[in-house]
Amino acid sequence: MATLELSGVEKSFGATPVLHGIDLRVAEGEMIVVVGASGCGKSTLLRIVAGLEEPTAGRVRIGGRDVTALEPADRDVAMVFQNYALYPHMTVERNMAYGLRIRGLPKAEIARRVGEAAELLGIGALLGRRPRQLSGGQRQRVAMGRAIVREPALFLFDEPLSNLDARLRVQMRAEIRRLQRRLGVTSLFVTHDQTEAMTLGDRLVVMHAGHAAQVATPMEIWARPANTFVAGFIGSPSMNLLEAQLAEEGRAALLRAGPSLRFADGARPGPAGRRLLVGVRPEHLRPVAEGEGGAPLDVSLELAEPLGSESVLHGRLASGEAVTARVPGLVAGVEGALRLSIQASEAHVFDAETGARLDAVG
Amino acid sequence: MSAVVHEGDRIAAATATRRRRRSGALTHAILLLGVLAVVFPIWIAVVGSTHDASTIGRGDVPLLPGAEAVENYATALTGGAGRFRSSPAALMLWNSAAMAVLIACGKISISLLSAYAVAFFSFPGRMLAFWTIFLTLMLPVEVRIIPTYQVIVDLDLFDSMAGLTVPLMASATATLLFRQFFLTVPDEVVEAAKIDGAGPLRFFRDILLPLSVTNIAALFVILFIYGWNQYLWPLLVVNDRSLETVVVGLTRMIGNGDAQNEWNVIMATAVLALLPPVAVVVVMQRWFVRGLTETEK
Repeated sequence: MATLELSGVEKSFGATPVLHGIDLRVAEGEMIVVVGASGCGKSTLLRIVAGLEEPTAGRVRIGGRDVTALEPADRDVAMVFQNYALYPHMTVERNMAYGLRIRGLPKAEIARRVGEAAELLGIGALLGRRPRQLSGGQRQRVAMGRAIVREPALFLFDEPLSNLDARLRVQMRAEIRRLQRRLGVTSLFVTHDQTEAMTLGDRLVVMHAGHAAQVATPMEIWARPANTFVAGFIGSPSMNLLEAQLAEEGRAALLRAGPSLRFADGARPGPAGRRLLVGVRPEHLRPVAEGEGGAPLDVSLELAEPLGSESVLHGRLASGEAVTARVPGLVAGVEGALRLSIQASEAHVFDAETGARLDAVG
Repeated sequence: MSAVVHEGDRIAAATATRRRRRSGALTHAILLLGVLAVVFPIWIAVVGSTHDASTIGRGDVPLLPGAEAVENYATALTGGAGRFRSSPAALMLWNSAAMAVLIACGKISISLLSAYAVAFFSFPGRMLAFWTIFLTLMLPVEVRIIPTYQVIVDLDLFDSMAGLTVPLMASATATLLFRQFFLTVPDEVVEAAKIDGAGPLRFFRDILLPLSVTNIAALFVILFIYGWNQYLWPLLVVNDRSLETVVVGLTRMIGNGDAQNEWNVIMATAVLALLPPVAVVVVMQRWFVRGLTETEK
């Protein structure tokens, strides 16, 4: 168990920069999920922490010790790979014990640790088998076991669930979370799956094009996305971003689609006419009920996707912008006009130029 | 109506079956012919080794085994044949086996190591090294035989087992084969071993070698036979009769016409010379086939 600290970590492959200065402090026992689209640098970041990749600049500290120049073996980390990376010619038991044997632990100690980990993961009956004879879920467990027996300072997970089928993935996800809590090992988990990220992480690092777009708890990221990228990336279907302009005195947004939205929490900075993007999550677009406040939006409905307990509506505003709404119940008619409303308290305001979140001043 | 249709179907089916049988018979006949063509010379050799010298000397080619098998093989193993009395086959077989095993093992060790270097490490001139190894494919022993001979003489390895085997050990083919195999080992396994703390030599010994077992077995079979069949180089570099190999010895048994050849003993020696490669193939066949067809991952 240890802390992890990244300061100014940069990486370029040749002339191509992949990471632009990542700073991150992970507390002891914390589970951090690094999430982002493919090619955003999240795996590279993990590999730098593991020592498989050398950073172009910046330092990596594990438990206060600068490990930037150390070999992977000397960093006291264990890693679970996407393809499990089990040694095909070794039995499950030997796979798990290999790292310990290299470190020269006494036989009895190795047997004890392997036994405990196998019991913890429910793979005690498989110890004599080879990876080839195991199912995907079992291999995943063995890979976890190999990491656990090491009793490392830091667990690294490189998309370990993406090769499993959907049901198993949900199950293993919960299991990983339980295990991590129980063992209390500081962990870094890389994934492209936002559900995994939201459910697993104490905090998330949302990566975008080599930058950490936001580092915060899952709920914070959902409730207060720091920029339009995070806003669009987390949440499904993604948040609607509607073009708007700042009204006089910054108290409202004039939507290009027509209505104006008066901010509930105070004025936004900037001159009148400043270009904005107003973000509204699909579930916050509700059919207008009697006597309700908020800005009404006229939507011409193009497609309704019934999902059982709710429906996803795709439509277009008067301004031609596409919107998505998630409404409870089944919506029968596919075409037609619909009036939806935005609650000011549920709207997110972003600067259209930089994409950064604009909070109320004062 | 339907009965007629069924009748027609039955006839068609029967015709098809007959046609299939006929073409099957033809296939088998061709295959049998092929087997005969391959087996016949060996049969002649085996039969020849069981008659006395005069039977074959008369020019008969007997097709059925005779009664002299034990004597002929005993003579071959302990005495040898020919005008210059070749070394006894037992010694020559031993020499051949030693040479073939040394060449096969040497080739495998050297190519494993060089393939490991080329496939897993980045060092200046890596591709140059790789292509240099590759180029030696174009230079078989026959092409470089005079310079190689000179080197061996200069190194004082003439008439020695080292001189016999060392020049044949470097192998581009095996290096290429192992390199290709090593490249199929997933990066993640390499990285997992790194994180587990396995250094380069440990990784080689614990992960790479066990994974290469089937490839090594397959190569051993091929290289053993390659070594066993060497003719030109042993002929050139060994004058000492005690180092004579069976392939060279066999040709020395056949005289130049001054005296009658002891074909029975020659045949016996030839059959004996066949056995070790066959044994190697039979014993290692299981791995051999797996090594050529299956990758374990």
